[in-house]
Order: sequence, then structure tokens, then C-alpha cells
Amino acid sequence: MLIKIAKPSDVKPSEITPKSLYLDRRRFLKTAAVAGAGVVLGTIAAPAPAHAARGPKLEGVVKSKWNLETLGEKLTDYDAITKYNNFYEFGTDKDDPSRNSGAFKTRPWSIAVEGAVEKPGTYDLEDFIKPHALEERVYRLRCVEAWSMVVPWVGISLANVIKHFGPTGNAKYVAFETLLDPKQMPGQNRRVLKWPYKEGLRIDEAMNPLAILAVGLYGEAMPNQNGAPIRLVTPWKYGFKSIKSIVKMRFQADEPPTSWNEAAAREYGFYSNVNPTVDHPRWSQAKERRIGEFLKRPTLMFHGYAEEVAHLYAGMDLRKQY
Amino acid sequence: MTRETAIRWVAKPIVFTSALLPLVWLAWVVATSDLGPKGPLGANPIEYVNRHLGDWAIRFLLMALAVTPLRGITGWAQLTRFRRMLGLFAFFYVCLHMSSYIGLDQFFDWRAIWKDIVKRNYITVGMLTFVMLLPLAITSTKGMVKRLGGQRWTKLHRLVYPAGIAACFHFYMMRKGVQLEPIVYALICAALLGYRIAAHLKKKAARTAKGAATRVAADASRDRGKAGAPAS
Repeated sequence: MLIKIAKPSDVKPSEITPKSLYLDRRRFLKTAAVAGAGVVLGTIAAPAPAHAARGPKLEGVVKSKWNLETLGEKLTDYDAITKYNNFYEFGTDKDDPSRNSGAFKTRPWSIAVEGAVEKPGTYDLEDFIKPHALEERVYRLRCVEAWSMVVPWVGISLANVIKHFGPTGNAKYVAFETLLDPKQMPGQNRRVLKWPYKEGLRIDEAMNPLAILAVGLYGEAMPNQNGAPIRLVTPWKYGFKSIKSIVKMRFQADEPPTSWNEAAAREYGFYSNVNPTVDHPRWSQAKERRIGEFLKRPTLMFHGYAEEVAHLYAGMDLRKQY
Repeated sequence: MTRETAIRWVAKPIVFTSALLPLVWLAWVVATSDLGPKGPLGANPIEYVNRHLGDWAIRFLLMALAVTPLRGITGWAQLTRFRRMLGLFAFFYVCLHMSSYIGLDQFFDWRAIWKDIVKRNYITVGMLTFVMLLPLAITSTKGMVKRLGGQRWTKLHRLVYPAGIAACFHFYMMRKGVQLEPIVYALICAALLGYRIAAHLKKKAARTAKGAATRVAADASRDRGKAGAPAS
């Protein structure tokens, strides 16, 4: 047995800065510096181009086990990911979000954490992200409209975020809300949906390791049209579950109302798991068109993430609870 | 140049060529430009092609439906000369729209197509529109008008009204949520059909008024006759 006698000069364990924190500090400083330079250059290089310039590079991003090699598929082109978007707050055409979100202000940004949770409060975005490691997660994305992409997200584990705030026993669901600001989000001037956009997950779904809050893609800060500054990504569900530009997270006992379900309950269920065997009244879900490919490919159960998430729905009739 | 030559050799060729432009433009873009996400058709060129053709199908259908109201308002009878061409172009773009759905979107997966037609309401309604327009296109020739006889032909071609309504429904149902664009098309269609209903009611009212007037006159003369008749 080794008995270690501490010398007074030894660094006490409590004094060691966790690796994630110092990485985070460096990352934050570099990002801030790059963003600062961007602002300066931006003012010189006016007028702004129609399509906003690419976001600043995110520093300190660690590779995860969900990477390009383990997925074994090709990444979707950056331009496709950033110019073919469903983000109705900026318009209903696929190219509306990239054209109308250039001036969208994502700083300062705060997120309200409410409900059945030990540490409720309104958190500044940087403080919200800081405790957690930034990971690259290469995921498939499946839209309910039967097209799909492969996106290299950068984000933080939603499970870690939830644990950090300490949900109480009553926290059976997590509800999310998008910013409501019709001045900045012109699409909200029309009642395409009941604004603000709302989404939710059952707490065990939210705690699944696959779920992340993404703050970037392709190693760069999140483009506005993709849900800057922070959005949900749940790759085993249809894309509309992955709510964008989040300003509120609420822990509660009851299933929260969700926007598309409110608009057309027969078409969009609360769960909305990717499921090729459950038909949607509008689109067959058996196949999907991968953006950039001609022929459709068969859609996989839970979009290929069955191993990670199927247990969440054991014993449920997914035809009824779609 | 007589009015006849002007219509036949100038106006009609101009309308015909213009009506081909959406297709020519599309063919040119597909043939010459980058079909990737940076290109003019965006990240999903198949969807773009399909929607472009569908957009023009419903636009030509509404243009054909606009001829009669426009003639009524402007009093320019020659407008009717363009109605058949516009209607046939609507059918032409409907056919292209359907072909792109079958060949590009579904890649001839007939089972999937059949399931779509049976199960997905907006596709069912779209197909129904095609089925309603098909006999109109077939009977659009002068020979067919003669063979059917004017009255029967007119009756048959009233199918274009439900076809227009169905096309608007198809467009509205295809879009998610409550979107502006299909509503605008539906309102235009409603105005064009509303004009016909109003015109029809006005005519009917005029006819009954005229009928009533002649009846009154007849009665009056009968009474006068009676009064004037020598007592028997």
C-alpha cells in the first residue's frame, strides 16, 4: 500500500482547474478575439453581403464517439446545410432563412431556466455553455418532409446541462421555447404557426446521450439560419423537434404543448420519432432523399439510432404515440 | 394588317412563345448550371423542378379561367381566342409537373406512387385535377366541339371550375401550416369563379324581370281585350 505524504508545495486537488474549464477559457478568449476581429472587418467591408459570412471558428472542440468515421457517411455540403432550411420565423421558403436572418442579433443572449429545477434563473449564453465540453457530433438529420442530411454539429450534451441545473422529482418533461421577436424574425408577423415556437422532450429522452444543444456546425459558430445561437438536436426525431434559437427551458410534470402538434395533431405527434413504418398523411416516411443524391434511400428506424434510443419507447405503441 | 392576321400571326405566336419561357428557362438552367447547393436550383434541385412546373401549371389554369371575366370587364371579345391556348398550356405544365413527380421525385416507383395517390390527400386531389383536365384537353379541338355539339361541349368544359378549385386545394394542402402563397392563389381563383356566379345571377335576375315584364304586358293586353270585348 502506498501512503503518500503531501508536501506543502504540492498542488491541492481543489486547486486544479478542471481541464474542461481551462479549455473553455481559452476557447472563449479565442472565439471572442475572432468575433471581435470580425466585427471590425465587418464595419470596414460594408455593405454586408446577402449571405452572412461564415461564423467564427469555435476553439477547444473535442471529438466525440459520434464522428465521421463511426457514422461512415459523407458530410452534406456546407452550402446545402446553410441555404436549405426550415426556420419559419424567417420565412417559409427554403432559402428565406439564409436571406432574412443576416441581421439577427444573437448577442447578448440569455436563456431562462424555469420550473421543477434546483437552480432556476436567467443565464447568459456564455455562462450557460461554459460548464460543459464542446463536442463535435456528426449526426444524420431527417426532416419530416422526407429529405435528410449529415451535419457535423458542435454542441454540449443536453444531459450534462440538465444535471447541472438539477431537476427535481417533478421534472418529467423539458419544454423549450424559441425567441419571440417579430421585428427581427419577419416570419412571426404571419400566423403560419402559433408563435413562439414550442417544443418538448420527455426527461429520459432529454437525458439520452445523443441529445445535444448545438452552438455550431462545421467547427464554426452556428449560422443564424440554422438556429443561432443555440438549438436542440435530437437526431432520432424529425427535424422540427430540434427547436432553434432557444430562450427558455422549462422543467415540468406534464407533457408540454408543441407547435406543430398544435397546428395539425394528426400529422405531428409529441414524440415524432423517425419511423419508416408509421405513415404520415403528407409524406411517405419509408424513404428519404439525402440532399445531394438523386435516388431516395430507405429510412432507418429512429434514423439509424435504434441502438441508442429504442429502449426509451419499449412497450409503447408507436403507431398511436407517433 | 387586318385584325385577323394580327391575332393569328402576331399575338398568338407571342403568347405561345411566352408560355414556353418557364420551361425553356428551366431546361437551360438544368443544362448549363451547377446543380449543387450553390447553383440556382438550390440544395434540392428535384424539388425545385417539381415546384416550378406545378407553379406554372396553376398559373396557366388561373390565366385560362381569367379570360371570360376579363372579356366581360373590358368588353374585348377577341380575348376568347386565347382561352384554348392558355388552357392547353395549363394542361401541358400539369403533365410536366406529374412527370417530374413520377420520374424525378419517385423515380418510377409505381408502388410508392400508388400508395401516395391513395393515402396522401394532397396527391389524391392533385391527381383528381389531372383527371378532370384530361377530357378537356382531348376535346379542345374544333372537330371535337362539332362532334359533341356546342351545348354538350360547354357543359363538359365546366369541369374546369372544379379543376381550378382542386388545384388550389392541392397547393394549399401541400404546404405546411397556414401559408400566404397558396391562399393568394385560392383567392384569385375564388374571384374568377365568383365573377361567373355573379354574372349568372345577374342574367337570371334580368331574365325573370324581363319575363315578369312580358307577363304583365300580356296580362294587361288580355285584360284590355276583355274589357274591349262586346258584352255577350
